[in-house]
Formats: sequence, structure tokens, C-alpha cells
Amino acid sequence: MRRIPLSALIGMILTGGFLFCAIFAEWVAPYGYDEVLGKVWESPSSTYLLGTDTIGRDILSRLIYGARITIFVALAASILSFSLGSFLGFLAAVRGGWIDQVLSRLVDVVMSVPSLIIALVLLSVLDINLTVLIFVIGILDATRVFRLSRAVAMDIAVMDYVEAAKLRGEGQSWVIFREILPNALSPLVAEFGLRFIFAVLFISTLSFLGLGIQPPLMDWGGMVKENKDALVYGKSAALMPALAIALLAISVNLVADWVLTRTSSLKGGRGG
Amino acid sequence: MHPVLKLVVQRIALGLLLLLVVSMLIFIGVEALPGDTAQSILGQSATPQALENLRQTLGLNEPATTRYFKWLWGFLHGDFGKALTNGQDIAAAIGQRLGNTLFLASCAAVIAVPLAIILGLVAARYQARWPDKVISGITLSTISLPEFVAAYFVIYLLTQVIPIFQPVAMVFPGMSFWAKLNAVALPVIVLVLVVLAHMMRMTRAAILNVMESAYIETAELKGLSPMRVIAQHALPNAIAPIVSVVVLNLAYLVVGVVVVEVVFSYNALGQYLVDHVSKRDLPVVQAVGMIFAGVYIGLNILADVVAILANPRLRHPK
Repeated sequence: MRRIPLSALIGMILTGGFLFCAIFAEWVAPYGYDEVLGKVWESPSSTYLLGTDTIGRDILSRLIYGARITIFVALAASILSFSLGSFLGFLAAVRGGWIDQVLSRLVDVVMSVPSLIIALVLLSVLDINLTVLIFVIGILDATRVFRLSRAVAMDIAVMDYVEAAKLRGEGQSWVIFREILPNALSPLVAEFGLRFIFAVLFISTLSFLGLGIQPPLMDWGGMVKENKDALVYGKSAALMPALAIALLAISVNLVADWVLTRTSSLKGGRGG
Repeated sequence: MHPVLKLVVQRIALGLLLLLVVSMLIFIGVEALPGDTAQSILGQSATPQALENLRQTLGLNEPATTRYFKWLWGFLHGDFGKALTNGQDIAAAIGQRLGNTLFLASCAAVIAVPLAIILGLVAARYQARWPDKVISGITLSTISLPEFVAAYFVIYLLTQVIPIFQPVAMVFPGMSFWAKLNAVALPVIVLVLVVLAHMMRMTRAAILNVMESAYIETAELKGLSPMRVIAQHALPNAIAPIVSVVVLNLAYLVVGVVVVEVVFSYNALGQYLVDHVSKRDLPVVQAVGMIFAGVYIGLNILADVVAILANPRLRHPK
């Protein structure tokens, strides 16, 4: 295995750190997420490492518990968008004909409007809860996965081994899951990182607008919203969750970038 | 018919069809979702009689298709109906705010477009040397930030660290143009930052793509200065991709505007939309959503039309 570049290593360590905090929040966080401890918007000190928030709760602890919700929702949404998008994409590529036409045109329509606008229209009718948010983000994002996986599968579907499998009399699901999926996996895995970031940014933006995670649960976007008035008084409370979002996005980006170049060079020459 | 004209007409017709389908999606698609408008206005404790009366007055008992066509007919004539929450005329409310949104977006565009093209040119000229690395590095990190995060960094920097601006952007009728410009300075900076990165990177890529061609090598070999090669030989051929990049990113501004308006409590269309989503005021959301979708699709059509017109191969058919 070749050496991992420094940027990817930093990205992996940071991503790993975020995941660790999210999973073991109970042990990592110094205080509970809803304990009122100090005064309003205290500056960072040795007791409260990142200061306190709008009603005196420890920001660091809330960030750590918030990571759990942000990462869980984003992960669930990107898994949903991947399974849905890639399955339908492969199906469209293998079957062609009217299935391909219907799915592709539907995706064209959804992608012709910004996702945020569609999400806002949907959330004005639906009850806002975790499941609905995951489904809205996942389905809107599935359109992008659909385009990618359809394009990738189109190239694979004309290969000789797929032809051979069809002549052997294998069924549709065999062709999709046993012939196309393994060969389409590497570009899709790299794309997963980018979709995950997109989901993190999307759920954070929705929460910031007050239409995402609802109290008493909280995520990073919601924390920025709660503390946004602090900036007027010169306190940095709103910057901490904003910084966390930026850091997570950049570190996952670094890893995804590396996976992308690695897998694309793998396709070129296996010898290297 | 001239083939270019035919292509353009085809593209516009396709766009209008798309707009129609999107309007159906926004209206009928939303109707099909679980949730009852009358129930959400009156709350859970409403009596069946009260619900029935409200449905009657709102016309909710008619079939969805009838209501869709009524809605579309009204929409095309500038009649967006009345808001559920306060009974105000939606068209009037939108009219007040549309100007503010357009003002904000056009200020951002006026700064971002030339800046992105110049930075893209510089980055392409000094490819893989320090100016390119600095510009690309900064844009790469702003690309992965959501609008509101970028906004708070800018607010903190420019109101606390270097206190030159106010953190809220208040615009009211009767303000002078300069006062307005001063008020929107911060949101404009944020919007510029958000679209600049995409625009600059795509400009750089478009120019570098042209720089690979044989005629650029000829120009270099006959001894022209690098800046002249770019300005006279590369730029004219990169115009088409650059213009479509610019227009696509203006479409991207449409989304950025929604979030940035909320950050700065700027009284305009995006803020109006978000407010009424949380109030579950469906007619307002549908009308404003449709306007945003329309502008977005319109700009995308424009980008395609410009690309068609700028392509010399299509202009001079065999």
C-alpha cells in the first residue's frame, strides 16, 4: 500500500475524532447537554472550554452531543440516497426503454429546481421530525446518485462479461447486484464522501433556518441559530458550532478527494 | 428556419414545459402528501363542523386538478391568492420584498462576476505557481462551507475583529441609494464569497482547457507575451463556457439569497419564504417557491441559449 498523503491523513484523523465523539458522547462530554451550569455566554475558561451558550449550558458538551445528531442524520440520509439512487440508476441502465425514460425525466425535473427550495415546500406540509428529514434529504440527494450510477452502469452494461451473464440466463437482480455493482463500487464509494458532506450541510442549513432538528434535540446548525445574537455582543458562542461544521466538511472532503484520485488511478493501470 | 434560431426556440420551449411540470410538482405533489391544510390552520382541537366550514371557504372540497388550474391561472395573472395566516394579499407582500432581494443579488453579481473572471485569468496565467495556489487554496476552502457558516465568519471578522460594519442589514423604503448600499455591504460580501469560488474555479478550468489547443502553442511559439496569448487568443474561445458558468452561478445565488437574508434579518423574499414555511402557510410557500424555481430555471435556459449562440460551429452551418 502506498503512503497516505498528509492532507488525507489529517482528514482521516479529524473525521475519526468526530465519529469517536459522536459515538461515545456520554463519556467524552464533560457535562450533560441540557445542564444549565454557568452564566449566559461566558467566555471560554478552564471550566467551560468553549464557553457557555444562550442560557448557560456548556458549549463543548452540546457540540459533542450535537455531533451525534448531525452525523447520524447525514449518514442515514446518504445511505438512503445511495441505496435508492444507485439501485434505480442501475435498473435504468440495465432495462433502458420506458423505465429509463420515466426515471431520467423525473430526476431532470427534480434537479431543475434547487434542493433547498423543494425541501422548504415539502417541509411546509410534512411534520418535521427525524424520519421525515432523513427521507427528504435522502430522496432529494438520490437524484444526483442516480445520474452518476446510471452513467457508470451504462458503461459496464455493454461489457462482454455482462453479456455472458445474460446469455447464461441470469436474472435481472443477478446482473445488477453480481455483475454491475462490484465493478461500479469504487467511483460510488468516492462519491459517498461528497454526498455525506452535502447531507451535513443540508441538515445544518435546515436546522439553522429553524426547519430541521427541533428542540429539545439539537444539532450544530440549530446551535448556530440559538447563539446567533451573541455575535452582536462580541461573543464567539455562535462561531464554535459553525467552526465544527466547517471542520467536518473540510476533513471529509480531504479524505474523499484522496479516495477519488486513488480509485481513478487504479482504473488506469493496475500495475502501480 | 435558421438552425441556431431553431435550437434556441427548442430550448426555450423545453424550459417552459419544465416550468409547467415543476408547477404541477409544487402544487399537486404537495397536495398528495399527508397533512390537511384546514386542520393545520385550526389546530388539533377543531370541531368537524369548523373544519368543514373552512374547507368550504378555502375551496378545499374541489378536486385537486380544478384547484391546480385555478391556481395556475391566477399565478399567470399575478394573483397569488391570500395568505392563510393573516389573510393578506400574497402578490402585494411579494411586490414589496422582491425589489430588496433583486437589489441584494444584483449587488453581489456586479462584484462577483468581474472579480471571478479576473482571478480565474490570473490563476490560469500562473498555473501551478504561487498565485494559482493561493487563489485555489482559498476558494477550495470556501467551497465546502454552507452560506450561513461563511456568513458568521464574515460577521465576526468585520464587526468584532475589525469593527467597520453593522451585523444586521435593515433596509426600509425611503432610504437613499448609498445608505442602502452601506446597509447591504455585509450580506453582499458573504454572497460574493459563496459564488466567487465556483465561478472562479470554472473560469480557470475553461481557460486551461482552451490553453491546451494547438493555436495557443503557435501563439506562444511566435513570441507573444503570456498575458496577450490569454487575452487575445484564449479568452475569445473560452467566452462560451465562461458565460454559461457565470449564469449558472447566478442561479446558485438564488439559493444563497434565502439563507443569507435570514442570517442578516434582511426583509426580502427569502426571509418571507422561510417564515411562512414554519407557519405552514401553504399558498405563500407555493407562490414564493414557484418564483424561486422560475428564476432558477430561467437562468439555466439563458445559460444554454448563450452557449448555443456563442458556439461558432452552430452559427455557421455547412
